[in-house]
Amino acid sequence: MAEPMGFYTDTTVCIGCKACEVACKQWNQLPARNGGVGVLSGDSYDNTRALDGTHWRHVKFVEQFGADRQDGRWLMMSDVCKHCAHAGCLEVCPTGAIIRTEFDTVVIQSDTCNGCRDCIGACPFGVIGINPVSGTAQKCTLCYDRMKVGLEPACAKACPTKSINFGPIADLKQLARGRVGQLHEAGEGRAYLYGADETMLGGLNSFYLLVDKPEVYGLPPDPRLPSRNLKRSALWSTLGAVALTIMGVFHFRERGGRHV
Amino acid sequence: MSSTFFTASPEWRWFIVAYFFLGGLAGGSYFLASLLDRFGTERDRPLVRLGYLVAFPIVCLCGLVLTVDLGRPERFWHMLVESQTWRPMLKTYSPMSSGAWVILLFSGCAFVSFAGIVAERGWPRWALLRHASPDARFGRLVSGAGAILGLYLAGYTGVLLSVTNRPVWADTTLLGLTFLTSAASTSAAFLILLGFWSGLSRERLHPLERFDRSALILEVLAIVALVASLGRIATVWLDGWGMLLAAMVLGGIALPLLLEWRGPAGRPAWIGPTLVLLGGLMLRMVIIFSSDRL
Repeated sequence: MAEPMGFYTDTTVCIGCKACEVACKQWNQLPARNGGVGVLSGDSYDNTRALDGTHWRHVKFVEQFGADRQDGRWLMMSDVCKHCAHAGCLEVCPTGAIIRTEFDTVVIQSDTCNGCRDCIGACPFGVIGINPVSGTAQKCTLCYDRMKVGLEPACAKACPTKSINFGPIADLKQLARGRVGQLHEAGEGRAYLYGADETMLGGLNSFYLLVDKPEVYGLPPDPRLPSRNLKRSALWSTLGAVALTIMGVFHFRERGGRHV
Repeated sequence: MSSTFFTASPEWRWFIVAYFFLGGLAGGSYFLASLLDRFGTERDRPLVRLGYLVAFPIVCLCGLVLTVDLGRPERFWHMLVESQTWRPMLKTYSPMSSGAWVILLFSGCAFVSFAGIVAERGWPRWALLRHASPDARFGRLVSGAGAILGLYLAGYTGVLLSVTNRPVWADTTLLGLTFLTSAASTSAAFLILLGFWSGLSRERLHPLERFDRSALILEVLAIVALVASLGRIATVWLDGWGMLLAAMVLGGIALPLLLEWRGPAGRPAWIGPTLVLLGGLMLRMVIIFSSDRL
């Protein structure tokens, strides 16, 4: 297996230009929404709004303003599939369409997916969606086709501020820790890494440098695998099945005894 | 806030509501028929036949509804066979994967029993069909296996919802139990209704009515435990969906129990079972749609 590869996104240098979104859509030939007619969100400068089957990169605009708009803060974050070491989507996929590649990334094989959408509900980050053209679930592949020939993913290539860094995970972690230290020294004590260590789903192969709580960026504070509920759900259902069987035997036998 | 609120909806809607309801009816009807077949008397035979006869067409409908709901319906078989290697595709830890196999196996059992019951009427006269009858050794074996698979089919749908990361669904582990008890009550009500329509006397339906009462009590306990297990997340139901859930408990469980308790005099016999069936459908609607909008 090749060295695990991924993204480290430094949100403090993202300027919200959306070049990554455009590069991703161009390289992956993702279709336009609404026949190419622009639809304004109406309450934000961000009109993409969310990751889905045709938006595999999305620059989130966190626009925090007071009621009088005198004071405000912009946070920007280029969001993408996290390529989790323990991936919920891969766990539930009933067709085997979702695979782990030799780069330790998670890819949906569009020719195998049948569009059951189980992976969409299983993803703790809400990154997967249905591509209406293919009728299958789709998300970032970390540009698997480009990686195979030694190229970096289109979004990282296009990013003008080096907010999106691509490379071997070990190198990225070193780079990210250095940057956190630099920010702390500069007085930005809130800087921390989200998903860089193994406590979060075994480690995210796309991790982030944030300066506020994950919820502020629309990220879950405690993402977990869907299978956490499997054993207990199955146990309760089994107990219910036993209870119903006993009830049935009791009611049907009782009468049998009376009438035979 | 629970981390489940940061996820995207799989947009499972009316087809899935229909499947969850019909799957419960198919599995539950077969389970009840098999249990009545083993522990009931000869007087219960018409109900046994009804249960075996309805399970197969309903599970066929389930397969159809599920296939139509796929983004690529022509690839439905990818659930069972790896499309690139042609090896069987089964993940025991994925409820959707194991559920696909259970639907297939249950359909096989339901078909054998269906064929056996049809053949009891004298047509078609194939010798092989004698073994399919639930009275024959093979038929009995199939009926026992089908009853277990039927229970699985009735309950795994709730487990499937819990094994996601969606709000409400993944915030409890009691959806499987709730759907299972609801499948039991709705299936008993369904067979009671069919019994009425096929002219069976009230007395013959008594064992099923008694079972239905117990199943409804178990169902209301499961719903109360479900709401309690959600804790603060249950506040998402302080809206129209919560009102529908309350209406379901009152109209689809409490009222039929009250009608049963007051006795059959002075009201059409179909009212109670019909309310139970509507309640089962509403329960699935509330669970699926209330999470979809979050």
